Amino acid sequence: MSPHTQAAASAHGRVRRPTVRLLRHLLPYWRRLLPAALAAAGSELASAALMATAAWLITRAAQQPPLASVSVAIVAVRALALGRGTLRYTDRLLGHDGVLRAVAGFRTRVYEALVPLAPAGIPAFRSGDLLTRLVDDVDAAQDLLLRVLIPAAAAGTVTTTATATASVLLPQAGLLLGLLLAVAGLLVPTLVLALSRRAGRAEKAARAELAVATLDLTQGAADLAAYGARDRAHDRARGASARIAALERLGALTTSSASAVVLLLQGGATAGVTWLALRAHAAGTLSAVRLTVLAVLALVSFEALAPLPGAARRLVAVRASARRLADLLDTPPPVVDPPAPAPLGTDGPLGVDITDLRVRHRPDGPLALDGVSLRLPPGRRVVLLGASGSGKSTLIAALMRFVPYEAGSIRVGGRELRDCTGADARRVITGMTQDAHVFHTTIRANLILARPDATDADLREAVRRARLLDWIESLPDRWDTLVGGDGATLSGGQRRRLLLARALLADPPVLVLDEPTEGLDPDTAAAVLSDILDATRGRTTLLVTHERSGLAAADEIVTLPTAGSEPSPRTAAGRERYR
Amino acid sequence: MKPVERRLLREVPALRHHMTYSTVLTLLGAGLVTAQAALLARALADGFVGHAAQVAPLAAPLTALAAVMALRALLTWARGTLAERAAADTKDTLRGRITDRMRQTGPLRLTACRHGETATLLTRGLDALDPYVVGYLPTMTATVVVPLTVVAWLWWTDWTSALIVVMTLPLMPVFGALVGKHTARRTARQWRLLARLGGHFLDVVAGLPTLRAFGREGYQIRVVGEMADAHRRATMRTLRVAFLSSLVLETIATLSVALVAVPVGLRLLAGELDLRTALTVLFLAPEAYLPLRAAGAAFHDSAEGIAVAERIFAILDDEDTTDEDTTDEDMTDEDSNTERAADRPADRAPAPDGRTAHLRLDEVTVHYPDRPAPALRSVSLTVRPGEHVALVGPSGAGKSTLLSLLLGFTTPGVGRITVDGTDLTNIDPDTWHAQVAWVPQRPHLFAVSVTDNIRLGRPDAGHAEVRAAARAASADRFIEELPHGYATVLGEHGAGLSAGQRQRIALARAFLKNAPVLLLDEPTAHLDPESEAAVTRATADLMRGRTAVVVAHRTSLLPHADRIITVRAGSLVTPQPSLDEGLLAS
Repeated sequence: MSPHTQAAASAHGRVRRPTVRLLRHLLPYWRRLLPAALAAAGSELASAALMATAAWLITRAAQQPPLASVSVAIVAVRALALGRGTLRYTDRLLGHDGVLRAVAGFRTRVYEALVPLAPAGIPAFRSGDLLTRLVDDVDAAQDLLLRVLIPAAAAGTVTTTATATASVLLPQAGLLLGLLLAVAGLLVPTLVLALSRRAGRAEKAARAELAVATLDLTQGAADLAAYGARDRAHDRARGASARIAALERLGALTTSSASAVVLLLQGGATAGVTWLALRAHAAGTLSAVRLTVLAVLALVSFEALAPLPGAARRLVAVRASARRLADLLDTPPPVVDPPAPAPLGTDGPLGVDITDLRVRHRPDGPLALDGVSLRLPPGRRVVLLGASGSGKSTLIAALMRFVPYEAGSIRVGGRELRDCTGADARRVITGMTQDAHVFHTTIRANLILARPDATDADLREAVRRARLLDWIESLPDRWDTLVGGDGATLSGGQRRRLLLARALLADPPVLVLDEPTEGLDPDTAAAVLSDILDATRGRTTLLVTHERSGLAAADEIVTLPTAGSEPSPRTAAGRERYR
Repeated sequence: MKPVERRLLREVPALRHHMTYSTVLTLLGAGLVTAQAALLARALADGFVGHAAQVAPLAAPLTALAAVMALRALLTWARGTLAERAAADTKDTLRGRITDRMRQTGPLRLTACRHGETATLLTRGLDALDPYVVGYLPTMTATVVVPLTVVAWLWWTDWTSALIVVMTLPLMPVFGALVGKHTARRTARQWRLLARLGGHFLDVVAGLPTLRAFGREGYQIRVVGEMADAHRRATMRTLRVAFLSSLVLETIATLSVALVAVPVGLRLLAGELDLRTALTVLFLAPEAYLPLRAAGAAFHDSAEGIAVAERIFAILDDEDTTDEDTTDEDMTDEDSNTERAADRPADRAPAPDGRTAHLRLDEVTVHYPDRPAPALRSVSLTVRPGEHVALVGPSGAGKSTLLSLLLGFTTPGVGRITVDGTDLTNIDPDTWHAQVAWVPQRPHLFAVSVTDNIRLGRPDAGHAEVRAAARAASADRFIEELPHGYATVLGEHGAGLSAGQRQRIALARAFLKNAPVLLLDEPTAHLDPESEAAVTRATADLMRGRTAVVVAHRTSLLPHADRIITVRAGSLVTPQPSLDEGLLAS
């Protein structure tokens, strides 16, 4: 996908308050998240209370009262010491469990939103990188809860409790402490957020450039070497890397300054509160034990704020993810089912009549198909040839109701396809699309998804016709062999044949095969094509390809004219044979 | 410290400086923490005894306390800034080392493998080093320096409390290591399962078009939930164990504070201790455990950084990075390899003039290590200046290897390639590539403008020249129809252009370069008929007046060849002279 469409996609949807929208999706899990936040707050409180109680114990002991009057404090110190670690452990476990549940639910929600958009609704389905980013974006929900919200909740609880306690002990000390805690806990993170957001944009651009430059250095290495351009590409990558480093060094200033300011405020609070307490003590309005407790409270209450500057920085990344997700959830599906769909029969070999079909990918875009007509007679194998860019894949997408057609008609068994549901259309017309995916699972599972009720005999037959049976049977795990992420463990030819076997197993009334030999070397391509034509004898089949060898067995060969040329009434459907 | 960490410190100067600075700053920080505790304790103790007295004398220690804490803030700022800068510089250094390594690597190998991994490593993967450099490395010295300072001060103030600290401190590393070892084993076992469950969502989303094609999208909604749930359960099983180590560390630390505070309180009660000492001990004791707790927490996050460092060094150490060692396994031991790489530029002569040069392959054998049979066996071939040689034959016969040999991308195991009698391995590759125009089967288009893609070999070429080259390659018409014409920036892998259009841009590159020697690898493969006719015309024009070796699968280019050579199973089939003459005549 070109950078222009990418820019356009992000420009049209400026979502308001994306983080809040993301949160709204996660809120149904509050029952799980609340105990985690409470445990986090509890563990931070325990750590502050431990120091405060110990200070009380020591000061009280210095007054040399009877042992009984400090025994409760002794027990409390020991209990808090034990409780702090346990609470922290509980907080981390509950937090992760709750967050993972929330993310699991959110994944399902995103998946449901993606279903009507695949593959034509969003650009992500055309690029592996964008797809990976989309999945990473969903996981950003985890960061939002675990690294931003829960620490913020804990910090809020500790600061409120500390301020309240201090106010009870000495109102003016409570006021000072509360004020400084608010500056450290609210103002500083807000500043970090604003500064990081600005730096983040520049860094993102530099990172994107490094990614592109690296891709050029690796995938384009041979071209660069042969054209003496390796040094230039190398300099470009080095430049981007140096820019990233410079921006990161700048960013380092933001976070470390934030931590330093929090520490300064902590110093100010400790000295200030102690000073106020000493004055009150000297005036006789504050007991000695309260004096030390106040000083310690001022010192330790800032510790819960330590993760906040980091959380603010993380929130910047989370917002970007949340914005992209909100865009995604707002994207309207390209094809909407009619309110009262007509039924579509699936029996027997059906024919398809396409007349004057016009398709645009975007409402304001150019016509991708401009008045195309094609007849697929029942039980015949039609090969569709066409120059690159002539819209062959668009035609298949229109037949499968992945893209809408704005004019013309597609009639299947006498029904207009537009009047039926997309699911029904794909029950009748399906097969091998150009973006067909090999799942990271067994060969059997990859095949059987096309027809869950298929028997072993059906599987064998489909695989035999795709000429893959011998290979599968030669594997140590045979049908249960795991094929790697998008078929990475398969050769190009094996992958194509596996996809073909899956399409044959589906055995739809109208079988479509989009560029089944793309990416194969010419000899393999010819072999695969002639195998396909053998395997589809007697089925209504539309085979789209740009190869011309291996097509001898086709019933008809039709050429699709280039888009934008004169709208042709009906393309010559003669027996145009090659060699 | 693991070997990979030692190597990181050895090879990245920024990290060594970081260690020095952070040690000095930590030492200063430990001093300040001690001073802070002593000052606060003094102010409070003085206040305690002097009720109703004047508070004015207490202002001095409080001002000093504020000053000490301000200094600590300054120190924290310096430490944070330096640490993050060290991380930024480390990543920059490592990125530089990897890209340098890539420059030395044979281009074919780079194109063939691992580019995905290297690219991710260079962009996002390296960021895993941040927690290691910023969080973990500084704790290494802090865990020694800070407890020592604190214990020394405590010993001087109150040796009984110091004794408790000294006795409990070692429990942390001991228990930490014990629990850590146990959890590491458990987590390692879970890792594969976690990775697979974690990758499931991406797999399903990537396959969504396929699922819709077969009406299985609804069924997967449930599966997505189930797999995410399974992932959660597996993660929680791992975390329950993994967080145990921090539970143990934190509990030891807090319990030790209680162990120190309670006896101090009891001794105060008995009148054996003064308040100032007691408060100093209370404030200082937790500081002794803090670095160890921090190290325990940072250790968890640093593991991924260490793994990334290992992957980087694996790439840097990879001996197989030059395409040279395709044959003789014995030659590829590390010493000879680096030596050869080092000597190379000095020995190499500039290439002879390509316009008059004879290209000769002399009994050349190429054997790729991962293939059972040699790709080429004892092949000899001479191409005269200005001659057009077409290579035909089944795929995998060795045609592309032959071109790659002439480019110097592949070095033969046996035999030699000469340009006017000079061995290609002794020729400076840059001067040779300057005289060769190569159009590969799948040219790579760069994410820059069409113009910059065409002038890859001549960045200073003017617009008129670029347009002329595009016209010659019959690429001008479709380029002008692009959204921004020649200024259109091409997307990922030149997406948006068809295979034929990409090929024609590559041909325009070759036209613009105007090099005397042409190496073309199936310029018309994967093209539809219209594109093929255009590209054939363009290629024939390009070959005129140049030495050309063309791999031609389709017949359309063959009439333009002076000599047709069939390559079969790594050997050349001698051309029939009569056929040769016949084609020349036609």
